[in-house]
Amino acid sequence: MHPVSVRVDNLTKRFSETVALDDITFHVGKGELFGFIGPDGAGKTTLFRILTTLLLPDRGTCTVEGCDVVKDYKRIRNMSGYMPGRFSLYQDLTVEENLNFFATIFGTTVHENYDLIKDIYQQIEPFKDRKAGKLSGGMKQKLALSCALIHKPEILFLDEPTTGVDAVSRLEFWEMLKRLKEAGITILVSTPYMDEASLCDRVALMQNGRIMSISTPLEVIRNYPLTLYSVKAGDIYQLLGELRNYPGVHSVYAFGQSAHVAFKGPANQADLAAWLKAKNHQSVEITPIEANIEDCFMELMTA
Amino acid sequence: MKRFRGFVVKEFYHIFRDYRTLLILFGMPAVQLLLFGYVLTNEIKDAKIAIYDPSKDVATRKITDKILSSGYFILEKNLNSVSEIEPVFRQGEVKLALVFETGFAGKLEKTGTARIQIIGDASDPNTANMLVNYATGIITNYLVSMNAKQVPSQIIPEVRMMYNGELKGVYMFVPGLMAMLLMLISALMTSLSITREKELGTMELLLVSPLRPSQIIIGKVFPYVFLSFVDACIILGLGNAVFGVPIRGSVALLLLESFLFITMALSLGILISSMTSSQQVAMLISLVVLMLPTILLSGFIFPVENMPWILQILCYCMPPKYYITIIKSIMLQGNGIVYVWRETLILAGFTSLFLTLSIKKFNVRLA
Repeated sequence: MHPVSVRVDNLTKRFSETVALDDITFHVGKGELFGFIGPDGAGKTTLFRILTTLLLPDRGTCTVEGCDVVKDYKRIRNMSGYMPGRFSLYQDLTVEENLNFFATIFGTTVHENYDLIKDIYQQIEPFKDRKAGKLSGGMKQKLALSCALIHKPEILFLDEPTTGVDAVSRLEFWEMLKRLKEAGITILVSTPYMDEASLCDRVALMQNGRIMSISTPLEVIRNYPLTLYSVKAGDIYQLLGELRNYPGVHSVYAFGQSAHVAFKGPANQADLAAWLKAKNHQSVEITPIEANIEDCFMELMTA
Repeated sequence: MKRFRGFVVKEFYHIFRDYRTLLILFGMPAVQLLLFGYVLTNEIKDAKIAIYDPSKDVATRKITDKILSSGYFILEKNLNSVSEIEPVFRQGEVKLALVFETGFAGKLEKTGTARIQIIGDASDPNTANMLVNYATGIITNYLVSMNAKQVPSQIIPEVRMMYNGELKGVYMFVPGLMAMLLMLISALMTSLSITREKELGTMELLLVSPLRPSQIIIGKVFPYVFLSFVDACIILGLGNAVFGVPIRGSVALLLLESFLFITMALSLGILISSMTSSQQVAMLISLVVLMLPTILLSGFIFPVENMPWILQILCYCMPPKYYITIIKSIMLQGNGIVYVWRETLILAGFTSLFLTLSIKKFNVRLA
């Protein structure tokens, strides 16, 4: 393992009655692209706020680049870039003014660190005189990333950066993250989209304030314990409902225009096809498939 | 320092791009002053009166002439009987009725006494009171001039109203308005601008930045100190140019005292914003907790001396009261610091209290 950038041990945080983070432990290596996947309310934002020194932990220790989030919070604030989940730039300032503002308060200039943001900023530069509030979702997110990067942080905290952003922009955004990782920046990113998990070096699956598993995307897929089939038929809704009643079925999920059906052990494809035909399903297609990362997380979350 | 300057520049962008803020900042002082100066006066002119004069002789005619030429009254109706008084009042136009007794001049001549009844519409007690006073005054005057030769000794009070010879209401409103507007702009605007950052989530980014809390606070406050100052000058200038409100004392001292008051109001604004995270609540607190006492309990409109003692104690806890006292003293009486040092000290005490509290309460983290 490389030197550790973020070290979290037995972290607990509660808000009156609700436990937002429950005894969490994980380490992130320097230069790693580390993802947190989980539904809303899993505790991702709370975790990011503690790591960016905005909230105090109730129990446990957290260090970022060797600095304690409670005692050395000023040093952490100097070297980390943070992109909150909600678009949090000044809507009444133009693109350029926002960028300049964040450069100045970090004691630097846009010119000084232009290299780092060049790839990203160039895409929104044609609109640099436009008010930030009038940008599209994808452009807002690029601007926010530029602002978080402008002081050349050693570590980036991106809280659901791709929520509410179109598919193309999402893809572009992850391309940018890869380039930033190559520049040596440690990146912690959270997302509710499971498909994005496969783009991280390692992924932590979070649910109800706990980390269910931490591993590389490949390991996640390799550890999938079930046999999986993709089933297609004319009426997908009816199909989903009936598949759940098929003897031996472990789980059924809709996946675009097909259903992913999982069995605990081996299953007979022909039997299933016959069973569906008997239920009046037209043009039934059944193919055995490899689990993708979403199948794995769905399984982990129900486990 | 560069960081700080960047921050202040950003604040000015916010202010100048929001035309509503601008309107409040610069439109309100002018509009309020003109309103208070022209419309909201407690002097009464051209009140309508009705007269029942059954004698119609020299004396009654002279008194009627005097009353109608005073500028305070306009004759609405000559009544034909006492029974018409009530219906005339009911119509609402007439505020005062005069009733002469029959054979007025004759009785005055013979016995030295004649009666006039003055009837006021006291559904508005203040107006009725004032009108009755005006009318009584005019009649007394007439009597004095008539009797000048016959009565051997009389005392004639020579009244002179110092510092505001014509008893203009606007002399009182300008200081009060200064206090009110500076309070509003300083406290309301800063509390709004800080809570706005909290609402939009940008406060999160500011906190995560290396900016110190004091830099954030002073950066937020600085533009408003400047703008409030401009406003103070607008009010003083307008008051002077349009209404002739004098500044008899030192302008520099006046501005310094205003600066002290502005700082006090601003720290109150920050204090408010540290207690709430929504703009609406901040606005409500500013208006209810700050504006109402400034108007009601500062001696601006209602004299403190006439209040029940509980309210009086409350009044002495209101910073605007001291500010109003100070600027009245400087503007109208031309006093120097020697006369207002006590109030200045109290104001300075309030300022440092609120400032310390607000910096202490400002959170370097969320919640």
